[in-house]
Amino acid sequence: MNPFQFTRANTPQAAVSAVSKESGAYFLAGGTNLIDLVKREVIIPERLVDINRLPLATIEETTSGIRIGAMAKNSVVADHALIKKHFPLLSMALNAGASAQLRNMATVGGNMMQRTRCPYFYDHSMPCNKRGPVQSGPSKGQPNGPAGCGAIGGVNRMHAIFGTSEKCIAVHPSDMCIALAALDATVNVTGPRGNRSIPFAQFHRLPGDAPQKDNTLSPGELILSVDIPRNEFAKYTHYLKVRDRTSYAFALVSVGVAADMKGKTIQDIRLAMGGVAHKPWRLADSERFLKGKEATLENFKQAATLAMQGAKGYGENDFKLTLAPNSIIEALQIATQTV
Amino acid sequence: MIRTESYTINITMENENNAGEPEITGASRRAFLKQSSALAAFALTPPGAVHAVEKGLDEKVAVAFEQQPLRVEINGVAQQLSVEPRVTLLDLLREQLNLTGTKKGCDHGQCGACTVHVDGQRVNSCLTLALTTEGSKVTTIEGLGSVDKLHPMQEAFIKHDGFQCGYCTPGQIMSAVACINEGHANSPDEVREYMSGNICRCGAYANIVEAIMEVKSKGGRI
Repeated sequence: MNPFQFTRANTPQAAVSAVSKESGAYFLAGGTNLIDLVKREVIIPERLVDINRLPLATIEETTSGIRIGAMAKNSVVADHALIKKHFPLLSMALNAGASAQLRNMATVGGNMMQRTRCPYFYDHSMPCNKRGPVQSGPSKGQPNGPAGCGAIGGVNRMHAIFGTSEKCIAVHPSDMCIALAALDATVNVTGPRGNRSIPFAQFHRLPGDAPQKDNTLSPGELILSVDIPRNEFAKYTHYLKVRDRTSYAFALVSVGVAADMKGKTIQDIRLAMGGVAHKPWRLADSERFLKGKEATLENFKQAATLAMQGAKGYGENDFKLTLAPNSIIEALQIATQTV
Repeated sequence: MIRTESYTINITMENENNAGEPEITGASRRAFLKQSSALAAFALTPPGAVHAVEKGLDEKVAVAFEQQPLRVEINGVAQQLSVEPRVTLLDLLREQLNLTGTKKGCDHGQCGACTVHVDGQRVNSCLTLALTTEGSKVTTIEGLGSVDKLHPMQEAFIKHDGFQCGYCTPGQIMSAVACINEGHANSPDEVREYMSGNICRCGAYANIVEAIMEVKSKGGRI
């Protein structure tokens, strides 16, 4: 690893201040992605600001739902009684991601901040538009590797089918975020200009002309917590993750379903997909279609067809155009217990 | 600085020994390997760089860059250390403390060979910066059992033949102990899921699951 400075922050304000005043400074939480990126020289930091001591790991009920501290470990959230009881989709999604060791290290905030696993992004001898300039050392300010998108026309089996741009077809890697997107979470942040709350759907962004930006945070902003509003979705819910091996692999396609049922009728439903876009992909059209309808295979097929409008394959990932709708149907069947 | 003559001597000794394990007084096999690979690199390096290396300049620059104090308890022993920020817990254990039971496999959090416990929780030490363990208690495979009294999980791995080459084994065992203590070893399926962060290229998985289920069946925290 390249050398860097290390600072331990004791308050969120101190952490924000330390990261704001230096362009090459990064918050260090669990480090499961950041340290890997530093080792691979995708990120060459000037300074890491350790936020592991910040008192931001509590999980508590609020008047409107639940608040999860940004520094709560993924394993703790997944096994938490309140989460399992009221928001099982989040628990399922967390347990579908990474390994037990990584979940013991990874935090909720860090999970939201993880970068794509696109192999072109990780190999700075290959073209990629997602890497920013080098942040320290003799090459400071220079682009870290050639520009372009190696995945378009290249090895793109894992890549996006929705919301792509000619600059980038990478996918967002998180499972947890698919659940948070489906459950209409809100992200609370603090920064150089004070506190604000960001609806989860607006937290991550599509690549457009600036694929180096994964999210809508401003420089120096720190995630404090995530709120999930109370819902009636605990009973009919499922997180289906389709991947190359049974466990410990990123999603080819994943589907999060949370529904409120009365008899066979879907009173309300939330649907989101992973492994298909640069951000958690909410299926709003399918949700609208299914609301008030019976949980039948025919309706699920129509919902899946609606979800796939605008999907586009890039060659090696064309199979996702079939895998995704099939996964939606299967996840809906399991969630609504109509298999 | 090690001179080339000693390299010759070591090679001769290895040849005479004929068993593959050089008998070097006061030196471990590991030290020998480090030394001989350093010399192999030495032979291929241009003279200017050799001069700098000989004086240890690169290391001095790196060391001077920034070291920070670290207080951490490792296998029950309180340590007062000085480490660079970029040093991972894995490298601290192996390179500074000579606790080489913890293995470096992929070094990118994908294989689990480096699994240790930090405050009782299993983590990948390759992705843990040593400085973030300030004030923590770290347990490695060396701290789990002893040569005279193996940990029950170590016994079970031997009994069930839970390894072939053995490289992933320290990580597997650390992970297995945590898996039971977390309450995630209630069925072979659950064990397979919660042990998925430990890759075994020899494919001893079936036996590893058997070993864990046996230890689990005896009950209690281990």
